Amino acid sequence: MSLILSVTIIVFIYVVIFQIAKASEYVSVLKGEEASRQQNNKINGFLMVTFLVLGFVGIYVCNKVYYGKTQLAQGAASIQGEKVDEMLFITLIVTGIVFVITQILLFWFAYKYQEDKNRKAFFFTHSTKLELLWTAIPAIALTVLVVFGLRNWFFFTSEAPKNALVVEVTGKQFGWIFRYPGKDAVFGKKYYKNIDPATNSVGIVWDDTYSKDDILTEQTMYVVKGKPIKLILGSRDVIHDVGLTHFRLKMDAVPGIPTTMWFTPIYTTKEMREKTGNPNFSYEISCDQICGNGHYSMKGIIEVVDQEEYDMWMAKQKPQYFTAFPEKDPTAVPVAAADTTAKVTTAKM
Amino acid sequence: MSHEAALHNHEGHESHGHDDHGHHEHHDTFLTKYVFSQDHKMIAKQFLITGMVWAVLGGLMSVLFRLQLGYPDSSFPWLESLLGKWAKGGQITPAAYYALVTTHGTVLVFFVLTAGLSGTFANFLIPLQIGARDMASPFMNMLSYWFFFTASMIMLSSLFVETGPFSGGWTAYPPLSALHDASPGSKTGMDLWLISMALFVVSSLLGGLNYIATILNMRTKGMTMTRLPLTIWALFFTAVLGVLSFPVLLSGLILLIFDRNFGTSFYLSDIFVNGVGALSNEGGSAILYQHLFWFLGHPEVYIILLPALGMVSEIISVNSRKPIFGYMAMLGSLFSIAILAFLVWAHHMFVTGLNPFLGSVFVLLTLLIAIPSGIKVFNWLTTLWRGNIRFTPGMLFAIGFVSLFISGGLTGIWLGNAALDIYLHDSYFVVAHFHIVMGVASMFGMFAGVYHWYPKMYGRYLNNSLGYLHFWITFAGAYLIFWPMHYQGLAGMPRRYFDFSIWESFKQFADLNRFISTVAMIVFATQILFLINFFYSIFKGRKVTVLNPWEANTLEWTTPIRPGHGNWPGEIPEVHRWPYDYSKDGHDFIPQNTPVGEDESSTH
Repeated sequence: MSLILSVTIIVFIYVVIFQIAKASEYVSVLKGEEASRQQNNKINGFLMVTFLVLGFVGIYVCNKVYYGKTQLAQGAASIQGEKVDEMLFITLIVTGIVFVITQILLFWFAYKYQEDKNRKAFFFTHSTKLELLWTAIPAIALTVLVVFGLRNWFFFTSEAPKNALVVEVTGKQFGWIFRYPGKDAVFGKKYYKNIDPATNSVGIVWDDTYSKDDILTEQTMYVVKGKPIKLILGSRDVIHDVGLTHFRLKMDAVPGIPTTMWFTPIYTTKEMREKTGNPNFSYEISCDQICGNGHYSMKGIIEVVDQEEYDMWMAKQKPQYFTAFPEKDPTAVPVAAADTTAKVTTAKM
Repeated sequence: MSHEAALHNHEGHESHGHDDHGHHEHHDTFLTKYVFSQDHKMIAKQFLITGMVWAVLGGLMSVLFRLQLGYPDSSFPWLESLLGKWAKGGQITPAAYYALVTTHGTVLVFFVLTAGLSGTFANFLIPLQIGARDMASPFMNMLSYWFFFTASMIMLSSLFVETGPFSGGWTAYPPLSALHDASPGSKTGMDLWLISMALFVVSSLLGGLNYIATILNMRTKGMTMTRLPLTIWALFFTAVLGVLSFPVLLSGLILLIFDRNFGTSFYLSDIFVNGVGALSNEGGSAILYQHLFWFLGHPEVYIILLPALGMVSEIISVNSRKPIFGYMAMLGSLFSIAILAFLVWAHHMFVTGLNPFLGSVFVLLTLLIAIPSGIKVFNWLTTLWRGNIRFTPGMLFAIGFVSLFISGGLTGIWLGNAALDIYLHDSYFVVAHFHIVMGVASMFGMFAGVYHWYPKMYGRYLNNSLGYLHFWITFAGAYLIFWPMHYQGLAGMPRRYFDFSIWESFKQFADLNRFISTVAMIVFATQILFLINFFYSIFKGRKVTVLNPWEANTLEWTTPIRPGHGNWPGEIPEVHRWPYDYSKDGHDFIPQNTPVGEDESSTH
């Protein structure tokens, strides 16, 4: 019932607007083409300059309301991020100046040079001088932006420092798997056909001796404040993207083609909670490449902690090898004989 | 059908000089006049109206998914009546959301802003403005439309498939688009998407080759290349871009079809699908598809934008009563944009693991585009300067286009810089950027074109007041919708998210999302006003009584008010000057077919 009512009201509004528009057309026909054109010019010329003024007011209000909710207000949480923010502001200033000047000229000219019977338009076909001017000035401004940009770009994409903590990140529909190389600091080989969602989610090759101490975790990754982190990214199924908003970086996770990224976090999660005043703050990894119907919920967490806490956390982690083969775990309680059959089946894989 | 024959037929002359059979064919039946028409003007209208139908469907889709984004916690029972299982309990499901987003993108980019825009205006304006009776091959032209129509029908049918239409984004990146089991949308929906797109490429090639051949070969006497209106130049470059880049997309799609159906591994490697297990494909590269896709995908952006650039130049010049400032610079900038369009595709791929050095080359080439774009903006501003501006609805949309082109173009400088893209990539900042500069701006170009050439298309005027209302609400609405999205982008909010409420970092914009959704609905409702205006005026609009209602110089205004097939009843006019002699030597305008006077000053 309410649906019918609202449809009726909407149709009614259309009819009213349409009838008014028809009537105004008859009026303008009566007035004559010249007169009605003059009137339209006046109204629209005025609206042009009004739009300009209201537009700038709107921009001001929008900035006041929403700037505080952006990452810029909060500040970056990595040294890479600080450079991104700095570059954002430089680019904002350069493009902002152009924006303000061109928009003012556009709407001001539209208002000022609206048709006037007593004025003749100025026959002005070209001016090489002017055209060179507005080729050269943007070229210079762009050169500055390119130089800044590429310096940062080559820094972001450079090799990670030697002391970096290396973590392998694997995306899957719809979550993240992290692998630490363990004590030997070398990842064991992996092959996707070894993947077993329960015990070997990234397909580690257990025959490889380096694999024995590899540590797998899901959803949450621990890293150390002030220490460079190198991520080796991959995917198990479709393309995902590791989006690190607070660190201002992102990189695709592609099946079959490993990619890398590195950054140095400068605040622990705890420090960030205080800094933002948000007790629920956490460094979220968002998937930024559409990967299926659960794309929007593909969340991971990065816990940035200090070295001490990291060591404590690490000490608690058990190599995945022992999860896959509990009987090989020296720390585990001796297994009952009844488990032997289970062991044999797992070992065959 | 020979042009002479068409011409005589319309004049009602006796058919002398050709046989009865030929004459017989020219009796227009409903079928040959409105359906399988070979008249470029009718084909243009077919493209326009099909494009409008798609614009309404695509726009409606955006309203539906904006409903979810704006009101994620509400339920709308009528949605379930409309969408059935796709909106169980009155709330759109993630599957439906992604299907809507994907179809919205595909339809708006390809069917509305490619076929609807250049299909309409290339067909309509090229013969009329260069002084030709029709296209080089009217038959191919007709085929171009019918391939587009078939592609449309197949895309439409994919909406009704049980597993839903394709839902992996309009770019259709594999492996998501290649694996039937990765997403329900990647099953039959994707097959239909691929067939539809392949047919669309055929349509676009048939059209494009025709446009190029016509512009190069069929200009009237005196119409040298540098006397062409800028619309024609823009449509020419558009066609060249399409002809050179669409085949690459087709090849990419064919490889995808092979991967999907015939067990090849062009794009697939090392994949383990949940619930299915490890696939046997090894050695493919998922990134290869992105190169092939964006080799079309980026020129495609200019295929969408260039016709708007051309029409806006023409409309601004006519209504400012001034020559377009720097014709040769406008031409040069169109040319350099067309060249650069082919050299920047990898800027969509900065974060795919692209070689950083390669990335830096693409940064440089991408930012270079700002220079010709800047030239165009400054030249438009100078055209307005000291003009005598008439605010027709077409002119308003042209001015709106310039404003949006500036706003969206400048954020391109942000995104084209890899070091910023690494943060902003695939965020709402990108959504704001491309909707403003490509979506809304080109749409404004299209509206400008429709308002400006409607009297030529239908011999009637659109209602002015509705036009003004349409412009101001749409213009303000466009900024209200997309400007705040930059802030969401600067908060890192990723695009293509069904729901943000589980994200501590992104959930602070619930109010803003509601605001944006509300404005989007108002703007959509305003487009209905335009539709009413459009269809009502075809039949009941105020009649055009003068040949040249805008007092413009170009040749289309020398044809009769309702030109028949063949355009000019007599000789095709000869051209003596460029199209931009406005306010020269005290004359308000001097049409292109006016011979140069003896004491005329020799500027240009």
